[in-house]
Formats: sequence, structure tokens, C-alpha cells
Amino acid sequence: MTTRIPIVENILSANDRMAARNRDLLDQAGVYSINIMASPGAGKTSLILKTLEALNGRLKLGVIEGDLATSIDAEKAAAAGLPAVQINTGGDCHLDAAMLADALPTLPLEDIDLVLVENVGNLICPANFQIGTHLNVLVASIPEGDDKPYKYPGMYRGVQVLIINKIDLLPYVPFNMDYFKRGVEILNPGVVTFAVSSKTGEGMDEWADWLVERVKNNGG
Amino acid sequence: MHELAVTQSILDISLRHAGEAGAKRITDINLVIGQFSSIVDDSVQFYWDIIAKETIAQGARLHFNRIPGEMTCNACGHTFRPTDETFECPACSSVTVRITKGEEFRVESIDVE
Ligand SMILES: Nc1nc2c(ncn2[C@@H]2O[C@H](COP(=O)(O)OP(=O)(O)OP(=O)(O)O)[C@@H](O)[C@H]2O)c(=O)[nH]1
Ligand SMILES: [Mg+2]
Ligand SMILES: [Zn+2]
Repeated sequence: MTTRIPIVENILSANDRMAARNRDLLDQAGVYSINIMASPGAGKTSLILKTLEALNGRLKLGVIEGDLATSIDAEKAAAAGLPAVQINTGGDCHLDAAMLADALPTLPLEDIDLVLVENVGNLICPANFQIGTHLNVLVASIPEGDDKPYKYPGMYRGVQVLIINKIDLLPYVPFNMDYFKRGVEILNPGVVTFAVSSKTGEGMDEWADWLVERVKNNGG
Repeated sequence: MHELAVTQSILDISLRHAGEAGAKRITDINLVIGQFSSIVDDSVQFYWDIIAKETIAQGARLHFNRIPGEMTCNACGHTFRPTDETFECPACSSVTVRITKGEEFRVESIDVE
């Protein structure tokens, strides 16, 4: 005889609980944190380094770099003088809350205002795994094309901030900004958006000022 | 591939509830998965066969109840299935629409002996 047991539980509820614990830990330490997601090569690491420049000492940063393998990105951040930790996911296409839970205590949180987490380059999987940061940020870059919101709705829906990177390439690459923004508006109405170039530094001040404001308001 | 993490979570949730109910065996697992939740059925079943081994869920059948995406037009209230890449309301051509179905991602129930 079989019986049916009703459950109705979100499949990733265990990850969500772990994410909530990460958030508690960060809040207790008075540290604000953002989860930076994007496709490979969109400019996550470049953005982090330019953000450091634009902040010009206004916030003390820590960096957590997620990659399948290698520590190239963490070394770049460390070379810029930032406390940096590399998480190698060993093949996983995303960071999850347990990985962040392991990495957080290895940063000197008492000396940090803001932790920047660079997620694994991927437009699908990271969106499904909350890691406990205060903000989810998506970096979209011009050469990826203007149809990405339509093709990766999950990612565009799951973020509070959208950074359009590589705007210095707009003259060279076909990219219909209206079409792109229309998709964004449907999936994530009113999402905070910045247009920047991590190469020339254009738009970086606005983003950095907003970030400072945000961290201060959080009591950081 | 995040299907492994997903499969592990499905197994954990199922075993916990079956344990609480004092079940001897899990025969079926009923999942509700929206069209916008990216997950590949075949890989979940593949991982399942490996990680459920030697648990009371070994051999359990996974059922994927797929919920098609649905959008509702903010302008005229029309409800439709997004068909092309523009997400436009077929009734009034408005582009101010919202997703109203298709983001489900849960274990609905399990059948146990
Ligand atoms: N023209 C231009 N190039 C950029 C910009 N931002 C980044 N790049 C270049 O894009 C390439 C990838 O940049 P990264 O910062 O490594 O990108 P990423 O997202 O961290 O890449 P992964 O970590 O490998 O996924 C590098 O060659 C950068 O120099 C930009 O705003 N404009
Ligand atoms: Mg990088
Ligand atoms: Zn309409």
C-alpha cells in the first residue's frame, strides 16, 4: 500500500537556509555584500578593480572570487591590494551558500565594509542559488548582444542591480538599447541600472557613489 | 552542472519527510517545475540513480510536472503563453507584462510504502 505525503517544499530550501545564516554573519560583522553575476568575460573582475579605483578609499573592500579552477582573478584582486579569497568550485557552475560560508571567515571581516563576490561566469545557474549577499548584481556587456534578457529571464529577474558594461564598444557592435531595455523592464521593472565602461571608467563614479550610499544606509 | 546539487536537495527533502512519516520505501517523487526554472530532467534522473542508491529512495520514479510559462498584460489584463522572444501582449501589443506562472521549483509530494 502506498500513501502520498504532501510536502510542497522549495527544492533549494537547504541552500536558502544556509544563505540566511551567511547574511546573519555578515550583518553581525557590519559588512555589506554583493553577489556579482555575469556570463564569462562580461567584465566582472575588471568592474571590481575599477570600482576600487572609483571608490578611492571611501570603503574598505574584500573580494571573494568564484571560478571552476585557477586563482587568476583572486591574484588580480590581491595585486590591487585587496584581501581576496579564491573559491574553486571544482566544476560546479555556480557558487552556493555553503561555499560562501566556508570562504567568509577567511576574510578579515572586522576590517571590511563591503565584500564583493564574483560568481562563476554563467548566466543560468547562479540565479538559482542565493548565497546570502545583500544585493544581487548582474553585469551585462554590450558584445553579448541585446537579446540576453529574453534568453536568460531567470538571471534578469533575480537581481536588484543591472550594470551594462563595455559601453565604450557601442559604436562598434550592433546593440539595440531600446530592445534590450524593454526585455529588462518586463522581467524586472524599475531595476536600478548603471551604464559603465570598465575600460575607460565612464559611468563608474555614479555606480561607486550609489554603492557608498547603499553601504552607509545599511549601517556599514 | 547544478543538476547534481538540485538532485541532492530533492533526495534530502524526500528522505527527511519519509523518515518523519516512518516510511519503509519511497516509490515516487512528484516535482513541480516551471518553464522558467532551468533544469534538465534527464540529468536529474541520471544523478538520482547514483545518489539514491542504498537509501530507501533507491529506484523511486521521478515525475516532473512541468508548468508552462504564463504572462499577464498589465495594460489589458490578458493572460497568455509567451511564444516568441518579444514578450508582447498578443491582445493589445503592450510590452508591460509580468510573469504569472512558470517559476515553480518544488517537491510537491512523495509516495511511500
Ligand atoms: N572594451 C572593453 N573591454 C572590457 C571592459 N570590461 C572588461 N573588458 C575586457 O573584457 C575581458 C574580460 O574581462 P574580465 O574582467 O576578465 O571578465 P570576467 O567577467 O571577470 O571574466 P571571467 O571571470 O573569466 O568570467 C578582458 O579582456 C577585459 O579587458 C569594458 O568596459 N570595455
Ligand atoms: Mg573574472
Ligand atoms: Zn494587453
